[in-house]
Amino acid sequence: MSRVGVFICHCGENIAGTVDVAAVAKAAMDMPGVVHAVEYKYMCSDPGQTMLKDAIRDKKLDGVVVAACSPRMHEPTFRRTAEEGGINPYQCEMANLREHCSWVHEKGEATTAKAVDLVRIQVEKVKRNHPLKPIRVPITKKALVLGGGIAGIQAALDIANTGSPVLLVEKSPSIGGHMSQLSETFPTLDCSQCILTPRMVEVARHPLITLYTYSELEKLEGFIGNFKATIRKKARKIDEKLCNGCGVCQQKCPVKKIPDQFNEGLSNRAAIYVPFPQAVPNKPVIDLDNCTYYKTGKCKACEKLCPTKAIRFDQEDQIEVHDIGAVVLATGYKTMPVSNFSEYGYGKYKDVIDGMKFERLASASGPTGGAIKRPSDGKTPETIVFIACAGSRDRLKGVPYCSKICCMYTAKHAMLYQHKVHGGKATVFYMDIRAAGKNYDEFVRRAVEEDGVKYVRGRVSRVFEDNGQLVVKGVDTLLGAEQVEIRADMVVLATAVQAQDGAEELAQTLHVSYDPYKFFAEAHPKLRPVETNTAGIFLAGACQAPRDIPDTVAQASGAAVKVAGLFSQPELTREPIIAVVDRQPPPVFSHCVGCFLCKSACPYQAIEEESIKNRNGDVLKVVAKVNPGLCQGCGTCVSACRTKSIDLQGFSNEQVFAELMSI
Amino acid sequence: MKVGYFPGCSLQGSSRDFAESLHAVAKALSIELCEVPEWNCCGASSGHMIEHLVSVALPINVLLKAQKAGLDQVMAPCASCYNRLATASHEIAHSPTTKAQVEKVLQTKIGKLPRVLNVVELLAQVADQISAKVSKKFEQTVACYYGCLLVRPAKITGFDRTEDPVEMDKLVAAVGGKSIDWNFKTECCGASFSVSKTSVVGRLGAKIMHDAVARKAEAIVVACPMCHSNLDLRRGEINQRLDTKTDIPVLFITQVIGLALGLSAKELGLGRHFVPVTFPAKPAAVAAVP
Repeated sequence: MSRVGVFICHCGENIAGTVDVAAVAKAAMDMPGVVHAVEYKYMCSDPGQTMLKDAIRDKKLDGVVVAACSPRMHEPTFRRTAEEGGINPYQCEMANLREHCSWVHEKGEATTAKAVDLVRIQVEKVKRNHPLKPIRVPITKKALVLGGGIAGIQAALDIANTGSPVLLVEKSPSIGGHMSQLSETFPTLDCSQCILTPRMVEVARHPLITLYTYSELEKLEGFIGNFKATIRKKARKIDEKLCNGCGVCQQKCPVKKIPDQFNEGLSNRAAIYVPFPQAVPNKPVIDLDNCTYYKTGKCKACEKLCPTKAIRFDQEDQIEVHDIGAVVLATGYKTMPVSNFSEYGYGKYKDVIDGMKFERLASASGPTGGAIKRPSDGKTPETIVFIACAGSRDRLKGVPYCSKICCMYTAKHAMLYQHKVHGGKATVFYMDIRAAGKNYDEFVRRAVEEDGVKYVRGRVSRVFEDNGQLVVKGVDTLLGAEQVEIRADMVVLATAVQAQDGAEELAQTLHVSYDPYKFFAEAHPKLRPVETNTAGIFLAGACQAPRDIPDTVAQASGAAVKVAGLFSQPELTREPIIAVVDRQPPPVFSHCVGCFLCKSACPYQAIEEESIKNRNGDVLKVVAKVNPGLCQGCGTCVSACRTKSIDLQGFSNEQVFAELMSI
Repeated sequence: MKVGYFPGCSLQGSSRDFAESLHAVAKALSIELCEVPEWNCCGASSGHMIEHLVSVALPINVLLKAQKAGLDQVMAPCASCYNRLATASHEIAHSPTTKAQVEKVLQTKIGKLPRVLNVVELLAQVADQISAKVSKKFEQTVACYYGCLLVRPAKITGFDRTEDPVEMDKLVAAVGGKSIDWNFKTECCGASFSVSKTSVVGRLGAKIMHDAVARKAEAIVVACPMCHSNLDLRRGEINQRLDTKTDIPVLFITQVIGLALGLSAKELGLGRHFVPVTFPAKPAAVAAVP
């Protein structure tokens, strides 16, 4: 006969405010097998845990039910306590009285009755629990960082500096990301390139970092500590070892009119190109969509003129498979296209641009060498209007969230404009100024007070063209909601930050959860901000939420520490909640008949075939076997098995049926 | 094709030309307009300023009567009526509390209500039929003016491109006309300020007319009685504020289609306009109205 103890937690007011905990404890005492039932204000606190340990010892308990919050919150805590009390940790079960009962129901008898039911279910289960041992698995101490922007660069460097090798995979031809396109950075106005490019070089030179630019992750299999990553190295069509980055090919390429992505289409590039002069690696790539040779079968000018004979038109994509222990996702963001805004001209006015284009105009490495010139005719704009919140905080036509970086970069843009165009008039339309951060508000005040940027609190309803000039029509809500019209030479939209294209597919490939806006979801918004719900996959930067450079770098270092922490363990322990195929003494060996329906049902390729042989080596029977390293304990094979010869440890058929029968 | 018809006050008063042209076009296209029996005021302008419940209950009462008459679609030619009917339907569908209140005051249960259409939506449904029946191409360059209530707000009307709608432009194209790309498609005309503060209408209308004329429009095409009267009846106030006076006519979309279908100026009520309906002389110009 079992000796089960039931421990009911008040969770402060969270449970006790709705559920009559004393009545639950009293009812629990009447359940068969229960020898001890108590309630306490905070079961997870030190006195609560001590109560549990003492009871195991004094009442000689062999099973424990903690009726408290979700097992996702505190199951590890109470299992450890049970172990310290002297029983197998898997003899401890949790009844979720908070999320499944008190939080979702009104106070009343029915709620308490449900709480009693939830306790009874777990009592019936725990009576049928068997002692289990955690599974130990080795760790491959090599990390994969996806994305070569500032987040990926920082994470890769931090991990590599702890002594573990890193693969840094970037889909574009160079690392650097959005930060390499920026002019100056807030709140210090230091040049983006000057602080970023040394880091890029450091990545390229680091002995423990292997750089995969122009590459993509195709597939990720396995689990924490033991992933298998398939990386596609797209063909650059050049031999990277021979190429010395001289740039002759770019100069001689006859196709020259392709909009340059790095300069946001403000200048042109050739069909063979290095994205920008400071690119890492400084090796060109052939743009297959625009190269004359790939379109017509003729040209090969670059091949003829390359001094090192590095052009390889026959180069194919390469697939590499690597064993990986942990993954850091740092895939970044994109901004909402200007063409989304019908009221601002659908992108049909050349001088209505987004923030990133302005960055290129203001950047010393940009197409104008840092002079602010409007795209339509190259004139210096004498009046410029910035519209903060284009698409952000707009439930109807944009996204409901705040894009976080726009208030600051708009202040920076207006400031840079005033510095570069003396006598120019900059106006910013804003909803609120969100400048929370070290030295941030001071920066915005500086734009207003020292640089004379005019801030108008209100929305812009329309931007239109009248007689060849842009007219910005908005409202000034601080001046009695008066309508204002400004005739401007250029308009800059602070367009909303959105998840990167393909974020959803990537999340699905990696089994990482994501929010409705396709940003990757952290495991806990406060306490586990860099972890995902998939063990061994971590987050850094704007792929999780809109984020500025300081926050991104901090988070990337946080993710790197998590990876380093993981790699510091000699091996990993995993929950033993896995499927097992039954084994019987000869001559049956197993009830498994070897149909392998389970093999096709298993989503994790965890079912293997095992040949049972006699001592002469003759095969007597072929049966299924579960690879404990791969099994995730989903139970699909259990339901598929025709002979009921597979069972799930910790959630056996016997236990689940007992739970159901108890209600 | 049979469709419910809610004339509202304008179509029987200030915008009789809209009603006449609508009926003429409907007849030519074999659309049977079934007037909602014993309809009441939609409550526009004043209703929603005074009492929320009244502003919902009045249009719902109209829709209930239409439903009783077996109509599954109700077309309201006036943009204001359309907007009130559509808004009330939307509120009933999304707020159980409002629904319960309205059911209480109207002393009836509200089931599935007829779908609310504006005139542009109705004509778009038969666009193919219209282009097939064109007997005299409408070869003018026009500015399609939607005003504020015809397509907005998006969550109620369900139109996409609410800041830059194209539905009327497509209809104009279907009868051989050309529409310009301009800035004031959905700007406010001043609506009922036409009566209470005419200067507002003059100021707003002047901006609209200025842009349309600057972009070489030969006429303005509207689908709203208020838009029409503000740009037509109040042209004097508008011209006072313009450097160059303009006399381009303002046509209802039904009149444009009617002209292309070969209907007479009288059938289309063209003679009721304050700004005469004339077009610049062209080889294939439509005959001016006497």
